[in-house]
Amino acid sequence: MGALTSTPAPIEHADLSEKTGFSHRQIMVLHKRFKHLSDGDDVLRREDFLGIPSLKYNPIRKEIIEAFFNRRNFSPSRQGRANEIGFEEFLVVLSYFRPPCSKMTDEQRKNIRREKLKFIFNMHDADGDGLITLEDYKHVVEELLSRSGALGKETSRAIADAAMFEVARTVGHTDRDEFYEGITFEHFLKLLSNFDIESRMNIRFLKSNMIPGCTVG
Amino acid sequence: MFSRMAPRGRSGLGRSLAELGLLLLAILVLLDGTVLSLVAAISSESDTHEAKPVTHKNTSKKSFPVLGIKYDDVSVPFEIALWVLLASLMKLGFHLIPRLSNVVPESCLLISVGLLVGGILKLARDEVPPVLSDRIFFLCLLPPIILDAGYFLPIRPFVENIGTILMFAVVGTLWNAFFVGGLIYAVCQIAQDQYSDIDLSTIGILPCLLFGSIISAVDPVAVLAVFEEIHINELLHILVFGESLLNDAVTVVLYHLFEEFMDSGSVSAVDAILGLVSFLVVALGGVLVGAFYGILAAFTSRFTSHTRVIEPLFVFLYSYMAYLSAEVFHLSGIMSLIACGAVMRPYVEANISHKSHTTIKYFLKMWSSVSETLIFIFLGVATVEGEHHWDWIFLTSTVILCLVARIIGVVGLTFIINKFRIVKLTTKDQFIIAYGGLRGAIAFSLGFILHSEHKRIFLTAIITIIFFTVFVQGMTIKPLVELLAVKKKNEAKRSINEEIHTRFLDHLLTGIEDICGHYGHHHWKNKLNRFNKKYVKKILIAGDRSKEPHLIAFYHKLEMKNAIQMVESGGGSKLNSSFPSTVSMQNIQPKIQSPPSARPSERVLPQLTKGREEEIRQILRTNLQKTRQRLQSYNRHTLVVDPDEEGFDDLFLKKRRRMELDWKLKQMTNYLSVPRPQGSPTMSRARIASGRNTDFIPAQQKKGNKQSSDSQAYVKPGAENVPTIQIDLASPQSPDSVRLLDEVVQDQGLTMSLPSSSRGAYKTSGKDDGRDQQTLLRCLSDPGPDPDDDDDEDYDDDEPVPT
Repeated sequence: MGALTSTPAPIEHADLSEKTGFSHRQIMVLHKRFKHLSDGDDVLRREDFLGIPSLKYNPIRKEIIEAFFNRRNFSPSRQGRANEIGFEEFLVVLSYFRPPCSKMTDEQRKNIRREKLKFIFNMHDADGDGLITLEDYKHVVEELLSRSGALGKETSRAIADAAMFEVARTVGHTDRDEFYEGITFEHFLKLLSNFDIESRMNIRFLKSNMIPGCTVG
Repeated sequence: MFSRMAPRGRSGLGRSLAELGLLLLAILVLLDGTVLSLVAAISSESDTHEAKPVTHKNTSKKSFPVLGIKYDDVSVPFEIALWVLLASLMKLGFHLIPRLSNVVPESCLLISVGLLVGGILKLARDEVPPVLSDRIFFLCLLPPIILDAGYFLPIRPFVENIGTILMFAVVGTLWNAFFVGGLIYAVCQIAQDQYSDIDLSTIGILPCLLFGSIISAVDPVAVLAVFEEIHINELLHILVFGESLLNDAVTVVLYHLFEEFMDSGSVSAVDAILGLVSFLVVALGGVLVGAFYGILAAFTSRFTSHTRVIEPLFVFLYSYMAYLSAEVFHLSGIMSLIACGAVMRPYVEANISHKSHTTIKYFLKMWSSVSETLIFIFLGVATVEGEHHWDWIFLTSTVILCLVARIIGVVGLTFIINKFRIVKLTTKDQFIIAYGGLRGAIAFSLGFILHSEHKRIFLTAIITIIFFTVFVQGMTIKPLVELLAVKKKNEAKRSINEEIHTRFLDHLLTGIEDICGHYGHHHWKNKLNRFNKKYVKKILIAGDRSKEPHLIAFYHKLEMKNAIQMVESGGGSKLNSSFPSTVSMQNIQPKIQSPPSARPSERVLPQLTKGREEEIRQILRTNLQKTRQRLQSYNRHTLVVDPDEEGFDDLFLKKRRRMELDWKLKQMTNYLSVPRPQGSPTMSRARIASGRNTDFIPAQQKKGNKQSSDSQAYVKPGAENVPTIQIDLASPQSPDSVRLLDEVVQDQGLTMSLPSSSRGAYKTSGKDDGRDQQTLLRCLSDPGPDPDDDDDEDYDDDEPVPT
């Protein structure tokens, strides 16, 4: 704690803690990390992320970094992209990966699920228009396969096709027009209804036992 | 006792079949009994065999024996075959009587049959051959079952829950052993039944603990047999099953430990510590031995591309060697077998041919099925044989203590475990886990080879427990599952979207961990995967397959299954140009060619084919959905089901869907017919041939002719150059599938009638259509992977993410 030059004041801490659900200790740890990434600066830029060595091997590195700068992830009403983010936004994005509390009502579980899926949806939806088009999805699959070398392009097209077919089937024949435009968030929810994202999309060390009653977003 | 098995079906046909079957069974059983008594008779005559040649020479006028009985030479294989035949017929018989097999689990029925056969044998000869010797059991009957379980172990859920499973297996078993052993000793000291002929207080603490260690282990065979029929959700299944597999190490160690102690007579602290060390050695040693053989097998399979026929043999032999090698050193053979199967599977599957894969699957299921049946029957037979010491106090207290120990153990451990789990175990889960702790034949065999003076009373108690758990718990667990509304197995298909997102999430979480600077599970998992991909796969997998990531492999499998299912149920003529899209994953280079002169008759064709092609694709998808609805993990019963048997329902549904689709297509063709390229049908043919994006053309057109990057999908009107597809036969990559698809492609009547200028479309032309049709059908005629999808389980080599 002594090395930090501009530690957030305890009042801000409490604010952040309440907003994001992290404990005080975690916020201190994450703040240290923030400072490390930003080289002592108050804001993070994209280049700072590119400096992380182990991120190099990640095929969806770009999408992950973009997710941090996507204003829609900060709060539902905002749009567009930022070029630099402060500590608060950093925390907000990381709070999507908090493990769920032990006791949750169904309502809370649904909300958490929705939020996490919205995060992923935003990652897929590159142009931010609220729809995942075939191009977007193809891009996703290509990225996933980009490490595999030569097989990438053709197969990813085929796989994206297959995936879109499945969307069509899940969504039902009636929404034909929407289907051709792209996948909306509601469709996305329906598509992944069997996917237990609330228990999978978690980083364990971000778990906070400290806060009873577990504030949810 | 026959009345128990009297046919209950009301339908005439079923009844007569069942009766016939049972008649056959009864005949066979009697035959068995008489044959065995004949054996006894003949063997007793063997003494006089020496005298025969002498008398023979004297009476040289005796006529040449046309027919004679010489049973001795073939007696052993004959009896073995007879037993196996009996077991299989029993299995057949049970499934003919549906009502019975719904209520009573198979294991109970089989034990009853064993009791029956044992009874008959005892009556016939007043003595029952001891068939369940421990050597037969441990060396012949147990390995197939364990290998089957290990090879098809769903790695991802297993590894995700490894912490929980280990807790239950190690700590739970230890707790059970000591609790039961200790308290039974107390009971023996206190209680004394004046009617029993054995003095309970003479049973020392060590024999009691030994007994406790035998009885405490949950048995994989029994668990498999019962749980397969109740279809609970994957988590519970893997927890109980994983526990039953891993507690073998604990059982082995405890058993040997207490036996040593009993022989040596005294226990010291050093011995206890050595015991702990030996546990680690046994467990880890077993795993290492198994992994070693697994890697050997994977490496061997790399070179088998020219001798496909013996590929399955390698798998079986290496696994068996792993088991035997571990047993040589007193390591845990079961863990070795599991490790071997789990380690070799991803690499072997990438190397072997499709048919070998099917062979392995079928053989494993067959052997394990027969083994299980035999085990239960022998259990019944062995119950009849031998003296039993009925000491009511001992027996009842054993049963009660076992139950109590299990419940307390599970509840206590769950309380601790839930602190570390993200997905908590609810009370219902705990109940099922506790209730699913069945004991089985392993406990019996271990008791059989005891050298204690109290062997008989222990054996009786063990049998009682086994009977109790299998009959009472086995029969009631299914209604209880229904009653408690425990979450059942998720029957939904494994969709490609979920697969995509699983991969996506893996990378996302790894990335976030890297950003946070936290070296968590995903980080290490990712590192291991990268290591695997970079080095291990190159060594162990032949050719280009090593580069194929899971998503592609998954998709490849999907399409393959589509193709097979489609041909089997729909008939060859329906096969259409949807397949080039799958072959696209091989090398495809678009070729530019000048369009031929248009012929009016062919203008009609593209419209039809496009519509039908879309229909076919939809049907493929829906069929795939149906295929996926089979149970995803290893289940012996589903293999028996033939997809053609259920064809009727499928056809009806398909018909309905087809009508729906036709309606849909009519609407769609409105879109499609609008700005169609007026040019040559070759262009449309090319588009069809590319088989891609036919659905999305309207979208492109709607968006004002936005040119997609896929130049083959949409061609501007009036374009001179028409891309066609040339398919290169890619070499090492699954030659079977490519050949299959290639043959299919040649079969397309529609596209083959093209003018010669589109020759470039398919490289291999001019082959014999008839021959190909035949090879195609033969190729596709094995109902291989359709019924069950356990190979679609995520067998990737993801590494531990303990909860």
